[in-house]
Amino acid sequence: MRLRDSESDSRFRKEVRAWLAGAVSDLGPAPADVDDWAARRAYDRRWQSRLQDAGFAGIDWPRAYGGRGATPTEHLIFLEESAAAGAPDLGVFFVSQLHAGPTLIAEGTERQRAFHLPKILAGESVWCQGFSEPGAGSDLAGLRTRAVRDGDEYVITGSKIWTSFAFVADYCELLVRTDPAAPRHRGISWLIMPMDAPGIDVRPLRTIEGESEFAEMYLDEVRVPAENLVGAENDGWRVAMVTFSFERGTAFVRELLDAMSLARGLAAIARRVPRGTATAWDDPGIRRDIGTVAAELDALWALTKRNVSRAEGDGTDGGGPVPVAGGSAFKLSYAEALHHLGEVTMRVLDRYAISLDDLAGAVDLPLGRHLQGQLHAFAISIAAGTSQIQRNILAERVLGLPKER
Amino acid sequence: MRLELDDDQRALQASVRALCAEHFPLERTRTWTDRDSFDRRAWRTLAELGTFVMTRSADEGGAELATVDAGLVYQVLGAELVPGPLVAAALASDLIDEVGTGQLLATVVERPADGQPAVLRHLGLVDVVLVLDAAGIWRVEPADVDARPVTSPLDPTTPVWLATRLPQGERVGDAALAARWRQRGDVLTSALLAGIAVKVIEVAVAYAAQREQFGRVIGGFQAVKHLLADGFARAEVARAAVDAAAVTIDEPGGGPDGTAAARAVAGARVVAARAAVANSKTAIQVHGGMGFTWEATPHLYLKRAWLEENVFTTPDEAAELVARTLTAGEAA
Ligand SMILES: Cc1cc2nc3c(=O)[nH]c(=O)nc-3n(C[C@H](O)[C@H](O)[C@H](O)COP(=O)(O)OP(=O)(O)OC[C@H]3O[C@@H](n4cnc5c(N)ncnc54)[C@H](O)[C@@H]3O)c2cc1C
Repeated sequence: MRLRDSESDSRFRKEVRAWLAGAVSDLGPAPADVDDWAARRAYDRRWQSRLQDAGFAGIDWPRAYGGRGATPTEHLIFLEESAAAGAPDLGVFFVSQLHAGPTLIAEGTERQRAFHLPKILAGESVWCQGFSEPGAGSDLAGLRTRAVRDGDEYVITGSKIWTSFAFVADYCELLVRTDPAAPRHRGISWLIMPMDAPGIDVRPLRTIEGESEFAEMYLDEVRVPAENLVGAENDGWRVAMVTFSFERGTAFVRELLDAMSLARGLAAIARRVPRGTATAWDDPGIRRDIGTVAAELDALWALTKRNVSRAEGDGTDGGGPVPVAGGSAFKLSYAEALHHLGEVTMRVLDRYAISLDDLAGAVDLPLGRHLQGQLHAFAISIAAGTSQIQRNILAERVLGLPKER
Repeated sequence: MRLELDDDQRALQASVRALCAEHFPLERTRTWTDRDSFDRRAWRTLAELGTFVMTRSADEGGAELATVDAGLVYQVLGAELVPGPLVAAALASDLIDEVGTGQLLATVVERPADGQPAVLRHLGLVDVVLVLDAAGIWRVEPADVDARPVTSPLDPTTPVWLATRLPQGERVGDAALAARWRQRGDVLTSALLAGIAVKVIEVAVAYAAQREQFGRVIGGFQAVKHLLADGFARAEVARAAVDAAAVTIDEPGGGPDGTAAARAVAGARVVAARAAVANSKTAIQVHGGMGFTWEATPHLYLKRAWLEENVFTTPDEAAELVARTLTAGEAA
């Protein structure tokens, strides 16, 4: 085993680092108002075109589909250097880059690929994920949104919920029920729904962070061309599992690196938060708590490297998926570590834990970032398979214990 | 970067596991509580496999392996609850060949601050005591140590002595070697802990998969499944952290003075100690009344974990060290 870069990885790291330094320098700050979707889209698009010009767009996608075909290790290096340089993350392109693109590469028709992949790589199209419904969350296979074939169209009626990026999306990866008579998992299809189709009503939902990150989507006889089917009709559950498999790999790497930087920031804050006549840092209990949570995050960075090594495959044109054991162990432990970081944050800030915005001039501490981070921990323990669902997966698929039902 | 085991490393672990199954089965080793019961022949067999000299050069009888390979082997030794001064053997063999071959047993102890008692593990078994302090490494004869045994040691298979004072002894290593020993000893101890964390969940899963209540196996109850899944995840994380720490200390800048190495080693202890202790507790809970008996094995893992977690460093000291690396470079 080794942690240092191979020669070619080290060359790649240097190349990425040099490029990032220049590309980030005149990008300007991200839009301050996270509900200003137009501004966010424009900002993320600007970054995406820089990535594309430099050959970093679709970094882990196969070369045949316009990607760079980087190895999982190179992808990791890219994410690591991006975090260090303070470069933007995927932003509004999260679903298009991480779900839709890879799913179309694996399961789409040549026509779908030829139309969508270039737009995704150029940052011209934003996607959202219409999987969850009011009655189907953890039990996704219970989804009821109906799609009825009418000539060469599907007519879709139902509702989706928790749809991130719905306000800004051009397309939706939509799971629908095409055969209500079939067993639950066998009557589902995966459709591409253009978000400008008549009959789509998107209503904002305010998150605990006070923002409109996700939405409800009401679908009233929305017509979608039948050629927008990805995979076979009624084979959508399998396609959805393919979509999820891309989420387990490097999806949380940038998140983790940002959390590690939060932990460092917390140590710096602790040295300035007053505690009696001293600072929070002078309390050994606080130092140990910060050190413990930093150790947890470091350990998850090690597990990330292990997972990436496992996915490395033969090292050409991308790699294989991360096995479920490592992926679920990571997701579960990462959610726990983030909640722990949140608890320690509250203890460090104590009386100053009062605002989701910075209070420059009054309390000179980056409160906003740290308290938002504490709330964000719930997004990790709920979205993309709750922590309980991860535990079920580990217990049943890895430890071989009996299934729930 | 590559942080996954290769086929050679899996084979190495398998061969050590097989040796342990033959020579150190838990139903026998759990009675090796003192000098008379400790099986030195089994210890020699373990040594003859090269266990204690893996990282030494071929000239010195070693296999020229990396610290991470030694760590992988020590994970197995931890998992199998092999008794005896394992980590001390890997360190002392740097200076004393007969320790590497298993002819002699050694214990390593940090010289306590003036007036504080020294805790010596395995004193009754060993032929050599090596004392670490700021000036280096000192060799002391066990007979010269005025110590009394702890009559009910927390871990029944780790006999412990208390000494009010340690003789100065003869200096056999310098301060730099002492620092390297502390670092390597720390990592190998964390490897033992990670091994416990992994194995004790396997033990609990096996029990949960066959014990029936309410007409079904208890492993089908979600409250039990989730305890075990958490344990599995903790062990996976701990293993990765320990391997990464072991790799780090072998890479450039990985010496005892390097911040990155110090942080990796300390962080590994934090997570490995917690995983070993928490997972052992999970195993006792999952075994129910059986878990509360002396006859069942889960308590042995917990007690070994409790003892090992404070060797060379403690989880609290390690956490503090990690915290300090976060603000390295800032004015104190
Ligand atoms: C920030 C965020 C963004 C999201 N973005 C999207 C998106 O873009 N598109 C999309 O489709 N969805 C999205 N989701 C939805 C997300 O996938 C669901 O919230 C999640 O799958 C849980 O479903 P639910 O909310 O219906 O909760 P439920 O399934 O009702 O769960 C409620 C509680 O019951 C527990 N529970 C449920 N079943 C079991 C079981 N079998 N065993 C043990 N415990 C169980 C859960 O763990 C949870 O604690 C997002 C969610 C969040 C928080």
